[in-house]
Amino acid sequence: MTWKSVERLVLSLMLFAAAGAQAAAQVASMGAEEARHLLARTGFSARPDEIETYAALDRRAAVERILGGVRTIARTAAPEGVNDWTPPYRLRQMSAAERKLFVQEQIERGLALKAWWLSEMLGTDSPLSERMTLFWHNHFTSSLQKVRSARLMYRQNALLRKHALGSYAELLHAVAKDPAMLVYLDSATSRRGQPNENFAREVMELFTLGEGNYGERDIKEAARAFTGWSIDRDGGDFLWRAFAHDDGVKTVFGRTGNFRGEDVIAILLEQSATAEHVVGKLWREFVSPQPEAAALKRIAAGFRASGYQIRAALRELLLSDAFWAPETRGALIKSPVDLVIGTLRQFDIAIADPLPLALVLRNLGQDLLSPPNVKGWPGGDAWITSQTLLARKQFLERLMRVDEARMMTARMEEAMDPQKPMARRVLRAMMEIQFSAGDWVAKFRGRDVPPSMQSVLLATAPANESAVAAQGVDLLRALVADPAYQLK
Amino acid sequence: MKRRAFIAASVATLAVPRLAWPSAGSGYRRLLLLVELKGGNDGLNTVVPYADPRYYDLRPRLAVRRDEVLQLDGHAGLHPALKPLLRLWQDGQLAIVQGLGYPAPNLSHFRSIEIWDTASRSDQYLGDGWLARAFAARPVPKGFAADGASVGSADLGPLAGTGARAIVLNDPESFLRQARWEGTQGPSPVLANPVGAKRNAALAHILKVEADIVQAASHLGGNTSFRTEFPRGPFGNAVRTAAQLAANEAGVAAIRLSLGGFDTHQNQPGLHQRLLGELAEGVAALQGALLEIGRWDSTLLMTYAEFGRRPQENQSMGTDHGTASAHFVAGGRVRGGLYGEAPRLAGLEGGNLHHSVDFRSLYATVLERWWELDATRTLGGRFAPLELLTQQSEI
Repeated sequence: MTWKSVERLVLSLMLFAAAGAQAAAQVASMGAEEARHLLARTGFSARPDEIETYAALDRRAAVERILGGVRTIARTAAPEGVNDWTPPYRLRQMSAAERKLFVQEQIERGLALKAWWLSEMLGTDSPLSERMTLFWHNHFTSSLQKVRSARLMYRQNALLRKHALGSYAELLHAVAKDPAMLVYLDSATSRRGQPNENFAREVMELFTLGEGNYGERDIKEAARAFTGWSIDRDGGDFLWRAFAHDDGVKTVFGRTGNFRGEDVIAILLEQSATAEHVVGKLWREFVSPQPEAAALKRIAAGFRASGYQIRAALRELLLSDAFWAPETRGALIKSPVDLVIGTLRQFDIAIADPLPLALVLRNLGQDLLSPPNVKGWPGGDAWITSQTLLARKQFLERLMRVDEARMMTARMEEAMDPQKPMARRVLRAMMEIQFSAGDWVAKFRGRDVPPSMQSVLLATAPANESAVAAQGVDLLRALVADPAYQLK
Repeated sequence: MKRRAFIAASVATLAVPRLAWPSAGSGYRRLLLLVELKGGNDGLNTVVPYADPRYYDLRPRLAVRRDEVLQLDGHAGLHPALKPLLRLWQDGQLAIVQGLGYPAPNLSHFRSIEIWDTASRSDQYLGDGWLARAFAARPVPKGFAADGASVGSADLGPLAGTGARAIVLNDPESFLRQARWEGTQGPSPVLANPVGAKRNAALAHILKVEADIVQAASHLGGNTSFRTEFPRGPFGNAVRTAAQLAANEAGVAAIRLSLGGFDTHQNQPGLHQRLLGELAEGVAALQGALLEIGRWDSTLLMTYAEFGRRPQENQSMGTDHGTASAHFVAGGRVRGGLYGEAPRLAGLEGGNLHHSVDFRSLYATVLERWWELDATRTLGGRFAPLELLTQQSEI
């Protein structure tokens, strides 16, 4: 063998190896656009470096990594005084002045609780955990307005996080007896005789079966079974009150027995409609507005067979063809939380005081811990109205120009009514935001490897084609102002 | 001199700078003002069948006492919190439609309001609101600021759908401030050839809302000042905004207001009293404001809700979801009185009331009698309108 032929052999081997490695890489790593899609849907909009990290993984590895590292306990320390409890009878003994003070304190506790959750969303290393906690909050709704106790709402939030990716069956049983829920849907005051039907109806319509999969008689009978569940006035914990319970025979979904609430929950978990209802909601949260019937049925059957393991259902959804289909990109409208938290995380903007963000979110139509009604926020197209769209754009525009706006905000603060401390706090918080559009844009300068600024910021092509022609900070602002930025 | 006539006279002498509205317009110049009582209002404690002993049997703790009822005739009376509506009643401009509902009633809040909003049958699923369908069939003139506006509620209810140019707003001034501010930033928000709108439904929705904003912002003017005092609170603010929109020259064909909190499963008495008070004071203020600008005769106000509540009270001092209920219709051209049938408490079905008037008859009244449109097409069937408006020639 001549030296020349050896050289040729080595060269061809190297080329082959290189080609092989390239082919393997094409199969394996999903690339920046898919990484952005996965991260935005399972968490909040991701930073460019997070996208790069995930871009090197294949789909399955990326999904497993996200499903594997899920927190069940928040990292943010509990808000001060959140565990205080004032029994209802103490409230009745208060003077008018004391009560006014108490109500004011409750409002502040509620706000502090919202700020606490926002801190967790902003800082968590497990965005999926917060997305799922919010998902369950919108499924098993309760509201500060009715529950009127930050303690009970905080505990419910912790319960939702604990089970966020665990067993839906366990979560359902636990939520049904959760004190905030007992107050929110009136179980705590329901008694035998003429039981209150509120919880019985919503547990079937919204939490398990879905509308149309039960009869009025099922509700009436179930309401009897749920009597006796209440809360302890001295601590706000679950309490069984035998004397309030209707211990007669009930018939629910063709089953007859001396049922208690737990038995009805168990019967609801036996119905196939339950898994389909829950997986349908997960689909609309993670994949697209219109579930595909066949895939939905398959995933729901697996969900039920797994003993309602939420993680298993989510894995199937995230590995489904529908999830990765090109038309799924940008098919969902960002919720206000997606928009606000996602933008702040994506641009790595530190917020010293997250409380004003709670007010921003209320403005945008998603007042955390205060959903509009028991069905929660309808989401989808309903997020965007003339009012909320203007408010979204204003928030984004201010954020992008926070440097320029600082002087103006300072003048506004001077002119502000001292009787409005909250408005002042919002302004100050906006002033303290540190974000330089120029620095952020510099990350992309001189790089011709993906991800590009557009592929980091938009899930789908910009609606305004002229936006793409801009450069640098102008491009950033055009992309954020584009209607496509409202999509994920 | 009646107070109403007095106000009208004083308005005439005050040389209002912009009296754009003749006493009665035609077509969409006639305003429809819907007030949604979110959560399902308890019709029996709103329009009380005080002469029926069964009412007191069913509600030992919740019934409105006979001596507290504001008697309308020998059988029906209003909850005392509705006192501000009495003058409208005495002036013959308040119609009360009893027994409004539909066959095979659904007791879910969400499904039932969907049925009311889309004017569907109980077993039929329609995507668009009934007003959106009406506006799609007979478009509102282009010069209008919008087809409809929803005030104080995040959703569009009967205005939802691609067929309507609809806006959600809190008050016109801040809406304009924001819309104009937005207009000065960056490229024009409405794009001549947006990319991808056809294949992406979510994007298409956002672009439609942007177009509605631009339309409304270019037609709405600043605020009018009223001498009428509006009640404090969110509903009072919504009422003020409705009056502002009604005063606007460009106008809208329909305004939807919402008052929430009627889902009184427990501790109903105090809560319901407060809500009905807010409603009555708001309606009275609206009448005052609309009289000031000469629009009371070209306005039709109507309440609605997903359902009424169960005649039998529950053990939590509340009432559960029910079916048929009473609603109010008011306006300068309304022929006051009681319509429909008094609740038949002897003939309950599954504990709930039968309806005597289909809610789509009320909608047919709006479409045919108020706007002179073809109701059959919009409502997907023939529903006899209620004759609760005075004749055209009477104005």
